[in-house]
Amino acid sequence: MSLPTPLVLLLALVAASCARGTAADHTTVVFASASLAAPFDELARAFERAQPGHEVRLNTAGTPQLVLQAREGARVDVFASADAQSLVSLLGPHDDEIDPIDFALNRMAIAVAAGNPRGIKGLSDLERDDLLVALCGPAVPAGRYARSLLEAAAVQVRSSSDEPSVRALVSKVALGELDAGLVYASDLVGTDAAVEAVTIPTPQNVVARYPVAILARGEREGRARAFVDFLLSEAGGAILTAHGFELP
Amino acid sequence: MDARRPSARSLLLVPVGLAVALLALPLVGLLARAPWSRLADRLASGAVLDALRLSILSSTGAALASLVLGLPLALWLSQGRSPWRTTVRLLVVLPMVLPPVVGGVALLLAFGRAGVIGAPLERVFGLSLPFSGAGVVLAATWVSLPFFVLSAEAGLRAFDPRFAAAAASLGAGPWRTFRTVTLPMIAPSLRAGLLLAWARALGEFGATITFAGNLEGTTRTLPLAVYTALETAPEAAIALSLLLVAISALVLFLLRDRWFPVG
Repeated sequence: MSLPTPLVLLLALVAASCARGTAADHTTVVFASASLAAPFDELARAFERAQPGHEVRLNTAGTPQLVLQAREGARVDVFASADAQSLVSLLGPHDDEIDPIDFALNRMAIAVAAGNPRGIKGLSDLERDDLLVALCGPAVPAGRYARSLLEAAAVQVRSSSDEPSVRALVSKVALGELDAGLVYASDLVGTDAAVEAVTIPTPQNVVARYPVAILARGEREGRARAFVDFLLSEAGGAILTAHGFELP
Repeated sequence: MDARRPSARSLLLVPVGLAVALLALPLVGLLARAPWSRLADRLASGAVLDALRLSILSSTGAALASLVLGLPLALWLSQGRSPWRTTVRLLVVLPMVLPPVVGGVALLLAFGRAGVIGAPLERVFGLSLPFSGAGVVLAATWVSLPFFVLSAEAGLRAFDPRFAAAAASLGAGPWRTFRTVTLPMIAPSLRAGLLLAWARALGEFGATITFAGNLEGTTRTLPLAVYTALETAPEAAIALSLLLVAISALVLFLLRDRWFPVG
């Protein structure tokens, strides 16, 4: 008896996709917060060029999404987070030997449309009634940093929407749907000509520290370490600073 | 291959079992991880009631908008002779197959503050749809209108036009014919279409978060509340998901005559 064609196709597809998932032992799965999407894309490609035979698979999303995926059992070898809190929440009681390393610093900035048509000069302008302003949700690191610096500056902002990631927030400012959003300074470097940054002076600003941790065990650990070494190397640092990050 | 042979029949049970497992296992997962003892506490919070109220209001708004806009459209599609019918039907079905997030982006580009329609709307009327409750209804209507139109059109096509002709021959005008003859006969299709549109609007997520944003009490519907809760309190997300499953199951139960014919 011969199997019907659709079934054969389905079985082949399932086999092929499963094989990609398990037998791909030369790959390193890197989870990175949304704000790291651009530099990590470049880092992954540079790493693969520098060390042939290594393959990096990048998963970028809002940090809470990544934490959830990792907690529910997604394979993750390296986790690079926009804040220590999210990373720590992932570590179990037996993970004391995992030692997150800070690899980048970031500051907050106000994202506005190119040319700053609404004349936003600083944090206090965000209180204006004629402006549509949004923040990231309180569970997203960028949303947490934004809320803490607004509170410290005693500025009351009515967020029009709790956006799920900085990328979503920047896009809505770029589309002209929001007048301003509090995002990372790095989000506004060399990415989109439709947005620009209004800097927040240092006394009012916060410094976001980005930690990275190796979660891989066994034979995958070495490959994961090679990627983190590259991230911490001079070449890795150059890519990060080119995307608007500072180095610790 | 003879499907009536016992061996072939039992072979058929393998994909049947797989299909049933595929459909049922996610629900089993949800039920297994549900915080049963704390369910009431989880669901009785103000934020949940806000999301529930918003979801019910916006879904009802979307279903009513689908009725008002969709019934004339279904009539036109079922009776018109316009060469544009094929194109319009394609437009009607498109939201059913497009990812809702694409719909959200498209809605922003059309009805956003910088959008083709949205910019003049805001300039002239000071009306801004994104990040508003009206935006939620608009996004939900965009995804649920097809369900109503297709259901209503199917009802209209099954309707025997000789009934309308008989009414007309007895002196009834077109409106009276429609109201007293056509409408009662297609009512089951309209009811089913309304329920389907309502249920689809209730589950809407992608277009809503993209177009209307995610703000508690204003645009955070139940699905958005699930997404937001997943980031902070997965247990609350499971409780909210159960609530959505229960509501959807209730809607399907109301539709049972249509979808689960006896025998």
